[in-house]
Amino acid sequence: MSASEILRELDSLKDAKAKIEHKISALEAQLKEINLRNDAAPPNGSSPSYPTNGLTQDMIHRYSRHLMLPSFGVQGQANLLKSSILVVGAGGLGAPALLYFAASGVGRLGIVDHDVVELNNMHRQVIHTEAYVGKPKVKSAAAACRSINSTIEVVEYEEALRTSNALEILSKYDIIVDATDNAPTRYLISDCCVVLGKPLVSGAALGLEGQLTVYNYNGGPCYRCLFPLPPPRTACQSCAEGGVLGVVPGIIGCLQALEAIKIAAAVGEPLSGRMLLLDALSGRIRIVKIRGRSVHCEACGENATFTQQKFREFDYEKFTETPLRVPPLKLNLLPSESRISTKEYSEIILKKEPHVLVDVRPAHHFKIVSLPKSLNIPLSTLEARLPEISSALKKEEEKDSGLVSGSGAQLYVVCRRGNDSQRAVQCLHKMGFTSAKDIVGGLESWAYNVDPKFPTY
Amino acid sequence: MQLTLEFGGGLELLCDSKKIHDVNIELQNGEDKLTMKDLLSWVRTNLIKERPEMFMKGDTVRPGVLVLVNDCDWELSGQLDTSLEEKDVVVFISTLHGG
Repeated sequence: MSASEILRELDSLKDAKAKIEHKISALEAQLKEINLRNDAAPPNGSSPSYPTNGLTQDMIHRYSRHLMLPSFGVQGQANLLKSSILVVGAGGLGAPALLYFAASGVGRLGIVDHDVVELNNMHRQVIHTEAYVGKPKVKSAAAACRSINSTIEVVEYEEALRTSNALEILSKYDIIVDATDNAPTRYLISDCCVVLGKPLVSGAALGLEGQLTVYNYNGGPCYRCLFPLPPPRTACQSCAEGGVLGVVPGIIGCLQALEAIKIAAAVGEPLSGRMLLLDALSGRIRIVKIRGRSVHCEACGENATFTQQKFREFDYEKFTETPLRVPPLKLNLLPSESRISTKEYSEIILKKEPHVLVDVRPAHHFKIVSLPKSLNIPLSTLEARLPEISSALKKEEEKDSGLVSGSGAQLYVVCRRGNDSQRAVQCLHKMGFTSAKDIVGGLESWAYNVDPKFPTY
Repeated sequence: MQLTLEFGGGLELLCDSKKIHDVNIELQNGEDKLTMKDLLSWVRTNLIKERPEMFMKGDTVRPGVLVLVNDCDWELSGQLDTSLEEKDVVVFISTLHGG
């Protein structure tokens, strides 16, 4: 069998396996249901019915460690079993939260996500397994939840949350968990929760830091009370741009599960009007007091006129100047004569044309992987390190002095995706390196168009 | 006046990637108190090394930055008019969106 045949066979087997597993868990749930019904109605004259506050024999066994907690107990568990929680985002935050919601017996668990599982998600999105790479995250997460607890209801929403579907979806749940990764969706979810009067458990993580709070609950603020104006787009890094240590969103996601479970079970003191800040590198957690509901808030304030109708019409992408499905930023700063494609650059290498390649990524990116013979000068240090470029060019020209020349050595600039390289070329032009050219699309384009074996990250 | 200033959520990148700064701020002639307004302009001049627009907008912090004075939202203590005292801890933290 050829490799591609094996791959095809593997795919179809995995598909069949997933279908069978789904069928098994559905049948098991059905069987349990029947057994429960039989338990509830014992045949006349057989074993007596015991007072158990509505919990079945299986429930008592499964949740026994919850039931024994004086501050949680039968009432807390009964509340949890009756509750419904919606998790928006089955990523780094949603993954652990969903696992705990399923395990702890949240009655109805909704999952919203439009993405598919990627290999570079696996280090933090611990609910997904390798078998699901390339498949919808919602399907993967739902299957994991069902395999942990077949007695709860899991609802899949394989779509992005938008103003057109949010009211309908969120209205079916008691508690909303924001486990998303971008500013417009965060405003959208918060406003929708205000309009529907739902508590919102909000978490965020990036790099080695995390933040957590509960919005729109017990007189606490909503997201807009705290952040009436959106941040500039350049201040909103994503995990794909800035990186994230896997366990950090894991911790915040677990804490989100804790807060949502407390609210659902009606126990304890929710983190409303307070915010938890995690600094993983220094091992510090700080809980700070934040403002209460703002009377001037446009969403939940005294004179707010934010209605369902207004919500449906609100343009969150315009408000935050960020598209909801965040496509990588694609700048176009340079005239076409100052740019070359990765294909053209590969020919320059083949022809051994004299040139210097400057890679303007940060040093820690350069360490991951780089093109041969490239010179790493991060964009932020470019102006100060121009002499290095001059001397590299000179060296290249001297090396080539015996050969046909005339135009001297060329100067090319590359980065990860082709934005910073354009900024760098703009700067180089201003500083007298007028022939500097940008390599369009950066190393990602190199991997895509020239060498598929080049590692991308 | 001795203060501890902390930057987080990425704001530390604007001041040499250092998160905690123990600073000693000289009060201006004739002034006996320091407000958050004074502190912001001091920080901008003395600590912010690049892209000041990522820290401030006008005479206050840019949208998306939480300011905490002794672990308390500055909204509760008068924002720019908050009076600072010896050994206060002021935290500037940019809100995160990732997940």
